[in-house]
Amino acid sequence: MLMWLIKGTVSQLRTLYMIFLHGFRRRETVQYPEEAVYLPPRYRGRIVLTRDPDGEERCVACNLCAVACPVDCIALQKGEKDDGRWYPETFRINFSRCIYCGMCEEACPTSAIQLTPDFEMSEYRRQELVYEKADLLIDGPGKDHDYHFYKVAGLAIAGKGKGQASDERDPVDVRTLLP
Amino acid sequence: MATIHVDGQAYRVDGDDNLLAACLSLGLDLPYFCWHPALGSVGACRQCAVKQYRDADDDQGSLVMACMTPAADGTRLSIDDAEARAFRRGVIEWLMLNHPHDCPVCEEGGHCHLQDMTVMTGHARRRYRFTKRTHRNQDLGPFLGHEMNRCITCYRCVRFYRDHAGGEDLGAFGAGDNIYFGRHRDGVLESPFAGNLSEVCPTGVFTDRPPDDHYTRKWDLQFAPSVCHQCAVGCNISPGERYGELRRVENRYHGEVNRFFLCDRGRYGYGYVNRDDRPRLPEWREAPGAATVTLEVDAALDRAGDRLRSARRVIGIGSPRASLESNHRLRELVGAEHFSLGVTAVEAACLATMARLQRECGLPSPSLREIEAHDAVLVLGEDPLQSAARLGLSLRQAVLGRREALAAERGIPAWNAEAVKTLAQDRRHPLFIAYPAATGLDAIAAGHWALAPDDIARLGAAVAHALDPAAPAVATLDPSLAAEARRIAAALLAAERPLVVSGDALGSTAVLEAAGNVARALARRARPGGLGLIRAETNSTGVAMLGGEPLEWALDEIEAGRADALVVLENDLHARLPGERLERALDALTTLVVLDHQRTAVWARAGIGLPAASFAEGDGTLVSLEGRAQRFFQVFEPRVLRPESRIRESWRWLHALQGTLQRRRVGDTRLDAETRDCARHHPALSAIVEAADHADHRVQGLRQARAPHRYSGRTALRAHLAVGEPRPPQDPDSPFAFSMEGYAGPGRPQRENAFAWAPGWNSPQAWNKFTDEVGGHLRGGDPGRRLLGPVPGGYAYARIVAEGFVRRDGEWQLVVLPRLFGGEETSRRAPMIAARAAAPALQLAAADAARLGLAEGDRLALVTPVGRLSLPLSCSAGLAPGLVGVPAGLVPGLATGQWGRLEPAGEGRRP
Repeated sequence: MLMWLIKGTVSQLRTLYMIFLHGFRRRETVQYPEEAVYLPPRYRGRIVLTRDPDGEERCVACNLCAVACPVDCIALQKGEKDDGRWYPETFRINFSRCIYCGMCEEACPTSAIQLTPDFEMSEYRRQELVYEKADLLIDGPGKDHDYHFYKVAGLAIAGKGKGQASDERDPVDVRTLLP
Repeated sequence: MATIHVDGQAYRVDGDDNLLAACLSLGLDLPYFCWHPALGSVGACRQCAVKQYRDADDDQGSLVMACMTPAADGTRLSIDDAEARAFRRGVIEWLMLNHPHDCPVCEEGGHCHLQDMTVMTGHARRRYRFTKRTHRNQDLGPFLGHEMNRCITCYRCVRFYRDHAGGEDLGAFGAGDNIYFGRHRDGVLESPFAGNLSEVCPTGVFTDRPPDDHYTRKWDLQFAPSVCHQCAVGCNISPGERYGELRRVENRYHGEVNRFFLCDRGRYGYGYVNRDDRPRLPEWREAPGAATVTLEVDAALDRAGDRLRSARRVIGIGSPRASLESNHRLRELVGAEHFSLGVTAVEAACLATMARLQRECGLPSPSLREIEAHDAVLVLGEDPLQSAARLGLSLRQAVLGRREALAAERGIPAWNAEAVKTLAQDRRHPLFIAYPAATGLDAIAAGHWALAPDDIARLGAAVAHALDPAAPAVATLDPSLAAEARRIAAALLAAERPLVVSGDALGSTAVLEAAGNVARALARRARPGGLGLIRAETNSTGVAMLGGEPLEWALDEIEAGRADALVVLENDLHARLPGERLERALDALTTLVVLDHQRTAVWARAGIGLPAASFAEGDGTLVSLEGRAQRFFQVFEPRVLRPESRIRESWRWLHALQGTLQRRRVGDTRLDAETRDCARHHPALSAIVEAADHADHRVQGLRQARAPHRYSGRTALRAHLAVGEPRPPQDPDSPFAFSMEGYAGPGRPQRENAFAWAPGWNSPQAWNKFTDEVGGHLRGGDPGRRLLGPVPGGYAYARIVAEGFVRRDGEWQLVVLPRLFGGEETSRRAPMIAARAAAPALQLAAADAARLGLAEGDRLALVTPVGRLSLPLSCSAGLAPGLVGVPAGLVPGLATGQWGRLEPAGEGRRP
């Protein structure tokens, strides 16, 4: 009983002492928002739609991000521009549902959809977490600086006819009799 | 039956099949491209290689193509053999060498057979690092896109297009690496079945051109089992919806009706559902010509109830394009003696005649599959490719059936497509066509005659007389025609299963009676034949069974002051009746209530307009021309994305209106209750209750899913309206859920399947998993119930009273020619059909045009009591002399058999 009392008292005093010492340690708490937070480049935060190196929209509205999304928070509608490119007429992400898992980015065949190290998205009204295409589309290529889907795809667009994509031969001349 | 051993397991299969079909029928997965259940085998793609062993002791075996090897008794094969698997992986790697990096921008992606097969064989990495072959594409018209780079040279397109559908403007050009599948130059594909190429092509060379480029992947569409509303054949379809619009119509396999193929009117004629100008709210007009006010549901019902209650007598006009339930509910609302069928007297007479003939002729009305088993065909007064195109395709298969018969004599299996085709050359079963103009089937006919309607009736009667001397003879028949009648009769008698096809295209009961006489004569000669009667509209057969008066009767009643209120159900009266008389009758009304899903001319006159559901937003039952009652189910709920819309099924509106009218509270009604009520009142329709599963049908306690399980975006697609997600709409009328939650797939066979999907099979080829054998019947039972059939009894031959056609001087007999594109009331409001429809023209026989000194393209005016119609002249229809052909769907009131004068348009000179 006596030993128990002594041990307990010492433990209490030791605890008080250690807590007191912590008051002189370096602070771990970041004074956010006054101080910026370091986020690693591959941090999965706010989703953006990027552009290819020529400044054209990368998204071709293939719908793979939407189908990969485990919470079904991406909805888009394919449209077609006069030059033959596919593009999303509307592109909507419901960030109040998004779990930032990055499956959309993994599924994207054109490097269009990318997650960025930005989590500052809080809103007072949930409705404002619904991002439309205008809110998502950025002006740069994001993490992937070089990829240009239409340079490898077989689809002809204005300025790139059949046979002009990388690793393509000139179109077959159906009327030739040569073997 | 034969026993085959697959990977050591013994199976009983049909010994007449090839190994590929046998394996697929067993539910085994074996990749293939060039083989198709309806097209047979050619062994072009080398994809279905399996290892075959000589006997139980053979452990080496040899690779064979499963599609070219008979499933003979005792065959031992291995699908899973390592060498066979490596071979198949190698083949798909070759096929993929030149395949472009297109999947994200390819309309086929997500329901692509090539994707499925690539995954199935396990080819995942491209090793080829050299250049790819490319092609220039062609513009193939408003329906199909062309992307030749994606071709894997399976030859399915040309085999379907040329051999199966009889098209001539698509072919294979070049050889080897130069091969090209297309037309000789850019242009619209002429075949009315061209749209099937999008399903026949295993990859994305031919793809549907979606409306306004609003393409949606198959996994994102919400489907429902539906029935095509664009003609009376009753093809089963899977319409797909996304964002409140129909985006695509896919073929839904039905073992007895459409099986693998649809016509282009059915596949692309849905655009009217998406029109922006559709009424979506009840509309109220104080007085004729006044501005419209939109109303809420209760207010609209109250006002409609008040107006109808104060009327002296209410007449209801039904519609052959509305469901049985809607027509029945209207008939109950107004009373049977105040109900009109919604068709003209001529059409009503034809419908009644056809219903009687199907009871009394002794020959059953065949389904499309049964049609293909007939071996001699007589078509009287119909152009099947224009008025019921899918039936025309089946007639073509019936005529080509001689190929298989000839092959069977020499022991060549029917699936060996090229051998069968080469053997038969031009030998076909006899097809005889009598029609005022040339038809699309003339090229394969043993005889075709361009005759005036009355002469067609006389030819038919002569055939009947030649078959059975007890049938009334035709006096003063042209001797050459009499000889032809004897030739037809001989061919029909020589056949095992002769088929007679007729219909109401010419609006002539004499032609129908003649067809009936032929059928009756065949029945008396104990031929197990068939009698196919073509109706014009989707539910013509069904409304005729309800019974009612023709439209002219309604006008008479109104004009005589015996009725002052009219309820019009989904019927564009201005497309059926001459405008002047109709307007006079509408002016005489005090109340006009219109229910429709289109803004028609009669909607614009309505005091109260109630927005009805189209086939995509409502449920109901239709009766097809073979007498099959089939249910179509709601595809989507319009209020999800347009919360303001108040679209309801017509039967639901009318049920509520009936309650309002009788000043009693009525609860909401259900489809099953309406169907039961309709069946109870009409004993002939009692089987419609069994036409489909009821709303309480569950699969392992689950509803059936309308959407594929990969359906995406459901927490985002209406988030712009409100981020809080409401409960998905509930469906009290069908066993289907408006969601991907629920049962879908072939594991537990169902009768109604919203879409085709099976594990590993995303393309329409997945239907093979739903059938008892490939190309057979659905394992859950083919949808629908047959209502019509011959009733035994002694029935006398009809006396054909038609006089021979005598041409008049200065006057021309009108023939209204049905048109596949543009000739039907709703589909011609669809933009894609409008883009495909040929420019309307007045048709004359070439000799007549020459006699009048007119050239193709000259503008002519046709003057009839109904009015003046000015159109360019064409001689392309191959019309009989003395007739003038008018395209259907242009001027209401013009009917075959009327007479008119021709004038050069603009000038007063009489030709």
